[in-house]
Amino acid sequence: MKKILTGLLVLGMVFVFAIAIAAQGQLTGAGATFPYPIYSKWFDVYSKMKNVQINYQSVGSGAGIRQVTAGTVDFGASDGPMTDEQIATFEKGRGTAIYHFPTVLGAVVPTYNIPGVNASLKFTQKAIADIYLGKITKWNDGEISKANPGVNLPGDDIVVVHRSDGSGTTYIFTDFLSKVSEEWKSKVGKNTSVNWPVGLGGKGNEGVSGLVQQTPDAIGYVELIYALQTKQPFGDVQNSSGAFVRASLETTTAAAAAAAKDMPADFRVSITNPSGKTAYPICSFTWLLIPGKIADAGKRETLKGFLRWMLAEGQKDTEALYYAPLPKQVVEQELKAISKIQ
Amino acid sequence: MSGWAGSGHGRYRKVVSYLMLGGTALCALLVVGVLFFILGSLVWKGGSDINLNFFTKLPTPVGVTGGGMANAIVGSMKLLLLASLIGVPFGVVGGIYMAEFGGKVSAFVLQYTADLLNGVPSIVIGIFAYSLIVLRMKHFSAIAGGFALGIMMIPVTLRSTEQFLRSVPVAMREAAMALGASKWKTIVSVVVPAAYRGILTAILLSLARVAGETAPLLFTAFNNRFWSPGWNQPIASLPVVVYTYGISAYEDWHRQAWAAGLVLLGMVLLTNIIARAILSRGISAPR
Amino acid sequence: MTTAATAEMGAGPKPASRSFFARLLQGDQVAHAITFVAAATILLITTMLVVVLWNNSALPRAKFGLSFFIGRVWDPVSGQFGALPFVYGTLVTTAVSLVLGVPLGLGAAIFLAELAPPKISDSLTFVIELLAAVPSVIYGLLGIFLVVPFVRTTLAPALKHTLGFLPLFQGPCYGVSFLAAGLVLAIMIVPFIVSVSREVLLAVPTDQREAALSLGSTRWESTWKVVVPFALPGVLGSVFLAMARALGETMAVTMVVGNVPDIKASLLAPGYSIAAVIANEFTEATGDLYLQALIELGLVLFLVTFILNGLARLLILVTSQRGGTT
Repeated sequence: MKKILTGLLVLGMVFVFAIAIAAQGQLTGAGATFPYPIYSKWFDVYSKMKNVQINYQSVGSGAGIRQVTAGTVDFGASDGPMTDEQIATFEKGRGTAIYHFPTVLGAVVPTYNIPGVNASLKFTQKAIADIYLGKITKWNDGEISKANPGVNLPGDDIVVVHRSDGSGTTYIFTDFLSKVSEEWKSKVGKNTSVNWPVGLGGKGNEGVSGLVQQTPDAIGYVELIYALQTKQPFGDVQNSSGAFVRASLETTTAAAAAAAKDMPADFRVSITNPSGKTAYPICSFTWLLIPGKIADAGKRETLKGFLRWMLAEGQKDTEALYYAPLPKQVVEQELKAISKIQ
Repeated sequence: MSGWAGSGHGRYRKVVSYLMLGGTALCALLVVGVLFFILGSLVWKGGSDINLNFFTKLPTPVGVTGGGMANAIVGSMKLLLLASLIGVPFGVVGGIYMAEFGGKVSAFVLQYTADLLNGVPSIVIGIFAYSLIVLRMKHFSAIAGGFALGIMMIPVTLRSTEQFLRSVPVAMREAAMALGASKWKTIVSVVVPAAYRGILTAILLSLARVAGETAPLLFTAFNNRFWSPGWNQPIASLPVVVYTYGISAYEDWHRQAWAAGLVLLGMVLLTNIIARAILSRGISAPR
Repeated sequence: MTTAATAEMGAGPKPASRSFFARLLQGDQVAHAITFVAAATILLITTMLVVVLWNNSALPRAKFGLSFFIGRVWDPVSGQFGALPFVYGTLVTTAVSLVLGVPLGLGAAIFLAELAPPKISDSLTFVIELLAAVPSVIYGLLGIFLVVPFVRTTLAPALKHTLGFLPLFQGPCYGVSFLAAGLVLAIMIVPFIVSVSREVLLAVPTDQREAALSLGSTRWESTWKVVVPFALPGVLGSVFLAMARALGETMAVTMVVGNVPDIKASLLAPGYSIAAVIANEFTEATGDLYLQALIELGLVLFLVTFILNGLARLLILVTSQRGGTT
């Protein structure tokens, strides 16, 4: 009996250690959840193509920044650009610069669940801000109904839903709100996590969309991909030119094009509420964070090769997964910036 | 407690007895009902994704079929092995100390500490293991993950071992002593075997609990799309996969998440069965 | 202790002087030392944990001091952090889960230990213990899709209708609430209570039951008045385990509690808990003060657990038990 036990144990350990294939050095990356689907596809394809292993995990933008600063991963990813303090911390701790490389574009949409209303609602900038500030409490409020003539809005109380977990999506959304509402800017501000004046918190895009789907009279904000995948109704948002724009791959790219002309050298830019008649106002880039100096030559070449591939071939995969590709000017600027990595 | 069964008061007590015992049956039914419901949901939502690929292939990106979770399955096994190597010895041997050697004060302090540790959110344990191991080693690893899970196993194993050892009647110990056995021999050959069923239950229960934990692994074992050789690399695990896929937007990833949950349960079930079968000799508690 | 002396006495005549090695080989000293080291490890780990938490929460401790405990605002943007809503939520959800889970678990354990035929009892328990392995994310997902709508559409209106005069059951209900979290937690802690209580109940010697029955008690009376009290320390131990799990549960709670840092009397209102907010915000926390405030929350939970355990033990002491062993 004891023999069986020890036999099993030995067998088990042999089996487990048999998986000790000598793997080439694995590259690890951590960060943003929003682009996880496209990143997993890219890294998978590239890994097979070049016989390397790039292991990316979506633990959150903030965690990604912290891990790459601590040096526990080779690169990071974030839905919001690093702040000046974070960059300073990185440079102090790791002795080198950190570079941002935009990869794809995403949009955030307002999704809702109003019994009896099937039409696509139009939201003015003031409407969204005031709903989330708690100043507009009923669906048939003037600010909403005047933008939606002909829609029979009920007089029910609005159930506001936001993200409970810190996220790049919240960052993008609150960045937009801070630009269109002075009151929001001073009272709440923008961050991956804020002190929401009203509303329930859902965990993850899934949590928010789940809550909205299940709760009558609810409104929430989710990534465009989620709304499209879950086929939830979502509204058009008014942009800075006054037009009501529906989020889509085209209108997202339009938002980026407007900003691309003034793209700073370090690619840290906010593209919410841009100019441009067809631009969707709640969009953002998402970035890969690559350290300026990478000691391991193999890892360095793999990363640089990946970036080049991503900017060319990789961009072709984005639309199938509902991400908007980068505008041409940005791609060209980035290709030049790759040489900064040493 | 006097009264004849036939008298009025006796009948009332009998009725109460039937009612209360019926109530306990209802409780058991409810608990089992919930369990079968959860199992049923897992099978219903994830069952279709369980095929040979699931157990042998690596994950594929969203939309690409034919992928599996072989690395997460092996990963969970490795992590649980590590966790047991930490949790079981310290827990069981420590429990022996508390029940057999310790005095009232040390028993109290240790019990209290165990309960404290048990109540720490799993994510805080993860943070602890991260500061201790991951930051020092500058990378994520299976060791860090196993360590975090092992710490979580210790309090449950400790308390339960102590509990079951104490419940062994004093008479048994005294009988052994009277036959000339030393204290240690008494413990090893009489007390522990008498309590082994409870101790085994405790170990399997705490193993089951850490098998399903996600938060402590996020910053220790991290996760891995590929195979993780040895013990010093980031490693995939079923609960983390359930979490990552479960909160995504894609239907096929959702199904994979449910399937992973089902497989995890299956693994724990199998471990339970094997453990009890192999170790099912010895005295069971008197009924 | 007397047992050692008894062993000496019962062992028969011994050589007058026993060398150190002879005693060592007998094993007791070594055993004592080894087991002590194992037990002491838990003290070591817990102390190290507290030290790490303490060191990594220096910034908010310096900034807020004791007002952290009573602060009601949690604002990462302006750097204002207060723990009170989370402490409240943790206590409420844990209380609800215990009120619901302990009677259910104990009832099931009694049934399985006393009434069910051994084979059924064994297989059912086996299966119930599996519940402990279900990842908390799955509990969370089932919570979102089943418990929350149930609470919103069925349970809350029913409670408001019957018990609505109590402030506990007033106000609007969106489904996500203290109640929903308490329900999900109750299901999560039941396996621990059932499993451990059943084993302890089974360990009660048959002669105790027989003695009660022979004095004319009904089956229930012998169970409730004799067996359970005999097994009470073990049962309470299982309740401690269950309470600890409920206090620290993160994923499942955050998916159904509503994640609103508000202090409301009604169980139907959405709330928050310490573990949930740490799980939600830790990975994305930008800035050191924010991160360390979350870690300080972990420390606060530690304190809460400390106090709760102390109160519970006091309760046990006050309602002292007969029989069994402590």
